[in-house]
Amino acid sequence: MGSSSINLVSKDGKRISAVMPSFTPTSNPMIADGGNESQPCRLSSDFGILEEESLNGYTNIRTNPISSQLTAYNQGGGGSDFQFASLTKLPNNIGSSSTFLGTYENGRDSVSSPRTDISSDADTDERIQQLDMVQSASSDRSKGDKVSDQKSLRRLAQNREAARKSRLRKKAYVQQLESSRLKLTQLEQELQKARQQGIFISSSGSDQSHVTSGNGGALAFDAEYTRWLEEQNRQINELRAAINSHASDNELCTIVDSVITHFEDVFRLKSSAVKSDVFHILSGMWKTPAERCFMWIGGFRPSELLKLLAGQLEPLTEQQLMGIYNLQQSSQQAEEALSQGMEALQQSLSETLANGSQSSGSNGNVANYMGQMAMAMGKLGTLEGFALQADNLRQHTLQHMHRILTTRQSARALLTINDYFSRLRALSSLWLARPRE
Amino acid sequence: MDKVSDLASRQAAVIFTKSSCYMCHSIKVIFYELGASPAIHELDQEISGKEMEGALRGLGCKSVPAVFIGGKFIGSSKDVISHHLDGSLRQMLIEARAIWL
Repeated sequence: MGSSSINLVSKDGKRISAVMPSFTPTSNPMIADGGNESQPCRLSSDFGILEEESLNGYTNIRTNPISSQLTAYNQGGGGSDFQFASLTKLPNNIGSSSTFLGTYENGRDSVSSPRTDISSDADTDERIQQLDMVQSASSDRSKGDKVSDQKSLRRLAQNREAARKSRLRKKAYVQQLESSRLKLTQLEQELQKARQQGIFISSSGSDQSHVTSGNGGALAFDAEYTRWLEEQNRQINELRAAINSHASDNELCTIVDSVITHFEDVFRLKSSAVKSDVFHILSGMWKTPAERCFMWIGGFRPSELLKLLAGQLEPLTEQQLMGIYNLQQSSQQAEEALSQGMEALQQSLSETLANGSQSSGSNGNVANYMGQMAMAMGKLGTLEGFALQADNLRQHTLQHMHRILTTRQSARALLTINDYFSRLRALSSLWLARPRE
Repeated sequence: MDKVSDLASRQAAVIFTKSSCYMCHSIKVIFYELGASPAIHELDQEISGKEMEGALRGLGCKSVPAVFIGGKFIGSSKDVISHHLDGSLRQMLIEARAIWL
């Protein structure tokens, strides 16, 4: 619920400012009502002064703000008739109300200045016109003059029209402003995200400034990955605290399980990112420079991770030792296999791209070129498969490791792994900030 | 279907590939690293390749490589890598007498 404010000038020239809540559909029974004596001109209690001076005839002044009525009016578009109807039912009070609204009229200039998110300007104009109509209509009738009756009717119609147009213009303007405001908020959020990524983007230095800017999928992934990292750090800290405070195995187990599950999330993220923009993932632009340098097919090398843990997990049973060793070996073999597949792909791609330039005849050139390109495109598509399989390998290696180790060993392993990557990231920052001649 | 199961049962380790598939190359390398010599059938080079492709899809294999050990369908690249990691690939190859160690 937003709020709207109106600046009014009362009869004695004092400025009254009121803040009124915006319209909520449920809070206005008077709209459903036919507009009985007690309701037509509701003002908030902020209008205290006006209440006293001008509204003698009105009873039951409630705190239901006038703006809600007017807002409904504005939104409904059909409220005008109701307003009019309610006013006509109180011929006695018209004198007072016109005084009030006359006052309002004087204050109109201040109303129409910057506060554009209120609904009352044009509506008030309308009401003024209508009272105008009522007054002049009654005075005309009392004179009994047909001609001036006609003229005034015409005038009234014109006034009505002008007021309606003014109201519509105002509505359009307000809507425009609202959508601009929304857009602005969105832009601000995006800027915030981009600034966070700025840590990564600026780290690339001068080489690739365009990489994450144009592609929405890449930016989205970068933002999600940053969030994932933050959550990861939080969980690791929780784990560290638990270990240091000598928590029970059960408590540790819960935390370790959630960390492992959290790892699944990043693989899920990467999987969809690979499908939308494989080159972004493979380029490693979402990582810090040092991480990127030692990357393997879009991420860490699982066997290296296992090597990290050597000596950190003691004591290990014979079976565990064998298990870890075998896991490391298998991972290494799988990595080798995938690397060879990538090499074969690159080789083949080079051949395809090189073939075209050798053609002798000029007429076959374009068709040849297109053909070669089409083939190359097909080959390039298989990159996604490699990135996905590499992530698959990473995910399974982690899961297997967790299965081989005890809870406490897993906890220590996760801490070691996290420390390694944190330091690598810190190293990147230090490197970039190093003093240079 | 017959052609596929026929070929699959003839050797201890059989892999259906395509010459254009580089993931197939990786899977072959895994087998070689384990000391196995799987029989390779390239579907785009075989005469009844299309038919065999359809048969494989019927088995639930959406893409090559399609791996059979001891006549049994093991899966595609993802499955092979998983089995290799937990040591079950080697085990299956030993049982099918594709390798000795």
